[in-house]
Amino acid sequence: MSTQVTGTLDAHGAAGRPRDHDHKPRGLARWLFSTNHKDIGTLYLLFSLAMLFTGGSLAMVIRAELFQPGLQFVDPHFFNQMTTVHGLVMVFGAVMPAFVGLANWMIPLMIGAPDMALPRINNWSFWILPCAFAILLSTLFMEGGAPAAGWTFYAPLSTKYSGDSTAFFVLAVHLMGVSSIMGAINVIVTIWNMRAPGMGWMKLPLFVWTWLITAFLLIAVMPVLAGVVTMVLTDKYFGTSFFDAAGGGDPVMFQHIFWFFGHPEVYIMILPAFGIVSTIIPTFARKPLFGYESMVIATASIAFLSFIVWGHHMFTTGMPVVAELFFMYATMLIAVPTGVKVFNWVATMWRGSMTFEVPMMFSLAFIVLFTIGGFSGLMLAIIPADFQYQDTYFVVAHFHYVLVTGAVFGIIAAVYYWIPKWTGVMYDERLAQVHFWCSLVSVNMLFFPMHFVGLAGMPRRIPDYALQFADLNAFMSIGGFLFGLSQLLFLWGVVRCMRGIGDKATDRVWEGAQGLEWEVPSPAPYHTFDTPPVVK
Amino acid sequence: MLVAGVPAGAQDMRLNMTRGATELSRQVFDLHMTIFYICVAIALVVFGLMFWSIVRHRKARGAVPAQFHGSLKVEILWTAIPVLILVAMAVPATRTLIAMEDTSASELTVLVTGSQWKWHYKYLDYPIEFYSVLATPRAQIANAADKTPDYLRAVDKPLVLPSGKKVRFLLTADDVIHSWWVPDFAIKKDAVPGFINETWARIDKPGLYYGKCAELCGRDHGFMPVAVEVKTPADFEAWAAQQVAAAEQAKAEAESAGPMSMDEQMALGRQVYERACVACHQAGGEGLPGVFPALKGSAIATGEPAAHLHIVLFGKTGTAMQAFGKQLGVKELAAVITYERNAWGNAKGDQVQPADIAAAIAKGE
Repeated sequence: MSTQVTGTLDAHGAAGRPRDHDHKPRGLARWLFSTNHKDIGTLYLLFSLAMLFTGGSLAMVIRAELFQPGLQFVDPHFFNQMTTVHGLVMVFGAVMPAFVGLANWMIPLMIGAPDMALPRINNWSFWILPCAFAILLSTLFMEGGAPAAGWTFYAPLSTKYSGDSTAFFVLAVHLMGVSSIMGAINVIVTIWNMRAPGMGWMKLPLFVWTWLITAFLLIAVMPVLAGVVTMVLTDKYFGTSFFDAAGGGDPVMFQHIFWFFGHPEVYIMILPAFGIVSTIIPTFARKPLFGYESMVIATASIAFLSFIVWGHHMFTTGMPVVAELFFMYATMLIAVPTGVKVFNWVATMWRGSMTFEVPMMFSLAFIVLFTIGGFSGLMLAIIPADFQYQDTYFVVAHFHYVLVTGAVFGIIAAVYYWIPKWTGVMYDERLAQVHFWCSLVSVNMLFFPMHFVGLAGMPRRIPDYALQFADLNAFMSIGGFLFGLSQLLFLWGVVRCMRGIGDKATDRVWEGAQGLEWEVPSPAPYHTFDTPPVVK
Repeated sequence: MLVAGVPAGAQDMRLNMTRGATELSRQVFDLHMTIFYICVAIALVVFGLMFWSIVRHRKARGAVPAQFHGSLKVEILWTAIPVLILVAMAVPATRTLIAMEDTSASELTVLVTGSQWKWHYKYLDYPIEFYSVLATPRAQIANAADKTPDYLRAVDKPLVLPSGKKVRFLLTADDVIHSWWVPDFAIKKDAVPGFINETWARIDKPGLYYGKCAELCGRDHGFMPVAVEVKTPADFEAWAAQQVAAAEQAKAEAESAGPMSMDEQMALGRQVYERACVACHQAGGEGLPGVFPALKGSAIATGEPAAHLHIVLFGKTGTAMQAFGKQLGVKELAAVITYERNAWGNAKGDQVQPADIAAAIAKGE
């Protein structure tokens, strides 16, 4: 933020109201019926944490099977269920709800609003999620098992050739979509209408900006996903032929529709992380964010470009050359605004006065490792080379760099950054530093060699491989198990804070922290900003 | 017929893309390396500045924060320079892509058809067509036997091509989407059911080139290798003539095939079953509940032979059950059906003979 934002609290001390005045129901009812943005934010974050470990467990099955050549533990059909459900759980269950949880907690606090604009919808959009994932995960225990056509569920593998879990899968995705759309509407309405007096557009914290843009992307593309899963459903059960050439349809049309959703979706999973990093870097560099306006413009440009690059997921499907060239050039263009963001972060650090508490460490790792994912993304845009990369472990490496060391590291940085405000106690810095270094080493052991096996010719989504890939796969699996175990340290740190173990946090928490959320006490009272602060 | 001989260095742990065996694959490799080096150069500059800042501008060293927070000049500069770099990358990429998509003036055409989990090759210029299936024994996959160097790469019959000629590939699929990938030719093209894609290669020199199915296509997606044996044009012509002669001989033998004994059928049937049926119906005929039906004790395998013959020969529309009538010989078909009716305690005791198969095929679906 280029503009100084400080809150002037109302004389009645709305934000500083003592905790014993907080009215909240007790027990289960508090959580089931809550319309409080902080409670719902907590629910989202805890749900996301549970899904992170669920999806992570599935990944452990994958890495165990790939530890050695030959079939060791699971049938290939079950292996395909693992890759499919791992992807769905991580995308829709872990990453997206984590960002919605952060939005719930932080957006009202950052813009000086008393709550989200639509609190009952907020409650509903959360409680739909556990239902959706109960439906999805229940298919693992059914005859025929869970969906096994990949998280991208290409037709006709997902239609004519899929099991009856397809119906459950479609229902679950519809529910997730409803939840996301309601969450997105809530974010937009809140930001649009409930900013504190004086909080102009160009004074919005960058996390709020990135979430506003993300919410528009969600509203634009979740209905497209709903459309495509419905077409899958009717193709499978009601005799339509959207994706069946024998009935006049086209299997490749599935991919066009899916990726028209899917590409904006990947930016839905990274833009809020950009916002988080843009918040944390200035705090620990003790220097205002460099190029606030260009950050906003870059975010909006990336969002726009995300709608015109979906074809780069489909270069091998046999598009006309002209279409291929269009998608290649458009995709390469994304490197420009993304580069601007990285340059701005580095310029923010330049001649700052840096300290390296754990939110900063995760943010610095984010910048380096996300940028590596960006480089491989640029390489993937170059079509002739993409013919060699497509559907190999090179792609797996690419999207795990942007999603794990990008989105997930961003989320972890945010949790460490704001958890003192949420719980009122500091996390254990030493434990968190151990968590960071273990994660950093193991995540690179896990994902970096994937570039090499992919280039050497190992396709993705296979349960068994040629002998030349054996050594690196064993190494990657060890990295995977270590990365999984490292996250138990995170869990431990979070549980400590939730139980109130640790040093008492100050209201400002971080020396260089800026923004309204630091004007309220730690932990943040149940109700804040009943009277809006005035932003100068 | 196993593919003999493994290319030298097949077991070496390669870490980079192959340079391949065609002019275009080398161009692709060069493009890949060029872009990689550009990325490395940018990374060195950006991360270098970042780490310099981390070392120098830390509070522990007494750094006092500056308060600058923007510069239009700098922003324009670091928008414009990347654009120029991107244009420099796009030019050679466009040139190579256009060459790769030019399938005109080909000298030989092969129709490649993917189906769950095998490739079918049909030479449009010769009366030759055959299926190409994974040759690695199931025992190796199940870790019951030592893995050979060509583990998961060898096929029973490789695609055979002449060197130095422009070969056009037409790609399609019978069931789901597959993707035909041979890294040495820099070819990866989806085989889409109901549509035909094109690509091409001119391979420099004879040799054995391995590839894979690259698009998730169901349970045995990982067990669907591609192998291409490239011969000199003269050797290729000799191979083609021999294939045509062998096909005619096999056809004549099939037409005159006499009755087979039960033992003969059970032995051959088991072999065929383990090659063509086991991926779905499993080694003990138990299938995968909810996905692939069991044959053990099934109504079809223990019912009237006619229905059993029909589903094996013509498949079942809307399921993964393929029409094997065009994939296997009459003796193989007769043997495998007899095997299914008498293995795993099905014990029907009846036999289906090659003549029954020939009659059923003649009658049609």
